[in-house]
Amino acid sequence: MREDTLPKLLLRNAARLDNKVALREKEFGIWQSVSWRAYARHVQDFALGLAALGFRRGDKVAIIGDNRPEWLYTELAAQALGGAAVGIYQDSLPRELAYIIDHADATMVVVEDQEQVDKVLEIKEELPRVRKVIYFDPRGLRSYGDPLLAYFPEVEALGKEYGATHPDFFATEVARGQGEDVALIAYTSGTTGMPKGAMLTHCNLISMAKNLLAVDPLEQGDDFLSFLPLAWVGEQMLAVSAALWAGVTVNFPEEPETVRENLREIGPHVMFSPPRIWEDMVSRVMVKIEDASFFKRLAYRLLMPVGYRVADYRFAKRPLPFWLRALYFVADFVLFSAIKDHLGLVRLKRAYTGGAALGPDIFRFFHALGVNLKQIYGQTEIAGISVVHRDGDIKAHTVGLPIPETEIRIGEDGEILSRSPSVFIGYYKNPEATAETLAGGWLHSGDAGYLEENGHLVVIDRLKDVMRLADGSIFSPQFIENKLKFSPYVREAVVVGKDRPYVVALINIDMHNTGKWAEKRQLAYTTYIDLSQKPEVLDLVTGEVLRVNKELPEPVRIKKFVILHKELDADDEELTRTRKVRRRFVEEKYRSLIEALYTERETIGVESRVRYRDGHEALVSTALKVITVA
Amino acid sequence: MPVQLVIEGLSLAFGGVTALNNIDLEVQQGKITAIIGPNGAGKTSLLNCISGLYRPTRGRIFFEGRDITHLSPDARARLGIGRTFQNIELFKHMTTLDNLMLGRHIHLRTGLLAGGLYWLGAWREEALHRRRVEEIIDFLEIESVRYKPVGTLSYGLQKRVELGRALALEPRLLLLDEPMAGMNTEEKEDMARFILDVAEEWGTTMILIEHDMGVVMDISDWVVALDFGTKIFEGTPPEAQQSPEVIRAYLGT
Repeated sequence: MREDTLPKLLLRNAARLDNKVALREKEFGIWQSVSWRAYARHVQDFALGLAALGFRRGDKVAIIGDNRPEWLYTELAAQALGGAAVGIYQDSLPRELAYIIDHADATMVVVEDQEQVDKVLEIKEELPRVRKVIYFDPRGLRSYGDPLLAYFPEVEALGKEYGATHPDFFATEVARGQGEDVALIAYTSGTTGMPKGAMLTHCNLISMAKNLLAVDPLEQGDDFLSFLPLAWVGEQMLAVSAALWAGVTVNFPEEPETVRENLREIGPHVMFSPPRIWEDMVSRVMVKIEDASFFKRLAYRLLMPVGYRVADYRFAKRPLPFWLRALYFVADFVLFSAIKDHLGLVRLKRAYTGGAALGPDIFRFFHALGVNLKQIYGQTEIAGISVVHRDGDIKAHTVGLPIPETEIRIGEDGEILSRSPSVFIGYYKNPEATAETLAGGWLHSGDAGYLEENGHLVVIDRLKDVMRLADGSIFSPQFIENKLKFSPYVREAVVVGKDRPYVVALINIDMHNTGKWAEKRQLAYTTYIDLSQKPEVLDLVTGEVLRVNKELPEPVRIKKFVILHKELDADDEELTRTRKVRRRFVEEKYRSLIEALYTERETIGVESRVRYRDGHEALVSTALKVITVA
Repeated sequence: MPVQLVIEGLSLAFGGVTALNNIDLEVQQGKITAIIGPNGAGKTSLLNCISGLYRPTRGRIFFEGRDITHLSPDARARLGIGRTFQNIELFKHMTTLDNLMLGRHIHLRTGLLAGGLYWLGAWREEALHRRRVEEIIDFLEIESVRYKPVGTLSYGLQKRVELGRALALEPRLLLLDEPMAGMNTEEKEDMARFILDVAEEWGTTMILIEHDMGVVMDISDWVVALDFGTKIFEGTPPEAQQSPEVIRAYLGT
């Protein structure tokens, strides 16, 4: 039998790996194991139970719940019968649930507990197609009399009975499955309009797993901790497709609140998390170090630079000198291994981040510790991943190289297009959106980006948010501003260039960090304006702009900038209350200043009204220096 | 439903002050009974009489047919009467787990010597109790604070741990003295759900004192109103809402 569907892979693993651990879940304070054999058994029983309840080929089951083995049993059971699974985020509102369950034509809904049962029962009038709502945590549900409800183990028991009278049913149904069958319908939360259901086939998912693992192999028995929503395609990648392909053990945390401890107990070999998880880890380390004893703080202060040095050597792909290697060995022994152990990262072969940009400092921090953190890029529509950093070829500003069997191309308008066996077959019941997204045989990502000479893909921004210079080169103000703001000395930045000959920037320095920097150099300063116009500070910021420019394509590099004479302020309507720049307003307010940046002038006179603490106002005029970046 | 607790002509006086005045009450097994009433009505005194903290001046208390009026609090605990307190009474420097394990102590069979030397099945017994405690931890969703000292937890969580400690005793009758006092709405909802789940899961009878009438109406099967130590009303929650006595006691008209 060729293993062209996920259930076939499961049966292969059950035959080959038998009593080896497939899943682990912490219950009653102890990690309880489920073997591959038992995993397959649960899937079989539940599948037969679903069949007994009337589930047929092509039917869909909606799943709502935290990460538990039952989630995977349900998904694979539906697929074993030739149906598809529809994952729904646990925190969805009843209205959203109703839309997805109804739109996906789900006939069964499998939920975790009372909370989800209540939500589904609240909307059951809108769901005429749903035959059963099956829950796996019975607490509080004993007195519910609704005939729609069923308890997971009861359905499994029903399946056992059904299997006794239909002995070959399960094996036949699995064998009938084909790679082209839809395995998963992943609803993407569209920023506009209703969510769309991306249909992914077994072939899509398996080729993704095969190609990802060709780049980054995992071994049978490697551990993965599944703690992000299984409705997210990124979690499906590793917890289902890759785990079945390679025989990886999937671990489920006790509760969402215990993930940190569970991570440390398991010490997974691979992780994939959005940036916030990594950022959170860094800030936790910082806080702990602040509170640590004198010696620990000393060790951190002395040894962290060694790690950073090594990380920089590796980013630059330069060989490590012997002395550095020796120092790093010591640093790792004394400090880094302890930090990694604390975070549960000590056994990691590699870790992925994706979904949004991760600051270069965070990247550097993990590489300094010796954590092989890499960027992933992909969409739900391509089974989650199309591009990844290769080991030893990591650049914080890129997302890496395409995985095997994957082509990446940049469209006329700068859009990232891709083609691979993992590209989905379309949106469920939405041919218009499908045709649009798959126009010309390429998957249209809706992201703007470009390829570097070394083949690395750089993602700029959503296509609808990018702008063009007068010569048509695309750039994203937000992308460049974020890069500028990664510098500790830059507090705010506004990048301008739409329909202009080149890109310019208005910058606010960070008074606190820049002030400290100045103090260290014994530079005396009085006010914000005074500090910001010091030649040394202008040099400092020029250095930061040059660093950003290095990561930008030639035509859209920042050519001129000026440090603003005042900090952008929400009280002056320049920022929103959540500290986002109100671009339109700022460009209007500082129009004369911006115009001047497109002339040959070297200084710009500005006047601003200053209100003192005692209430009286004065007009202050200053000359701002225009810096032309070489 | 069999009657589990019977109180007959219960009176309690502190010197010249009458705290409870000739109270008769029957509590049915597996039901949630709420005691309401203004401050100083004698609610906590009644609870203390049931748990054995106070000796009534007059009257008798029967638990499952047995006269317990003169039994000590620990003897009553052994019979299956557990309680929580208005002000949290936990060992603040001990972990959640240790506090709950302590709640099991009346079920310990191993003697001091065997326990101290950790032999003669002492470890096996501990594992057994640990299993039970873990079920309670799972039930109350306090896994994430299992190893945290109780003193570092939020107030709402401490209340939950205290409920857990009382449950560790495996009581058949549980007395809850203002289980939701000082909680925010969300914590109250959680606690109400746990109380209902305890009743459903283990069939535990509960008597609780509560001020929030919304909560009382939502979770109790039976309402008893006290005023100046006298029972002024007894009935179902909807009846309590209509009762002129209850309204008068609460609104003072």
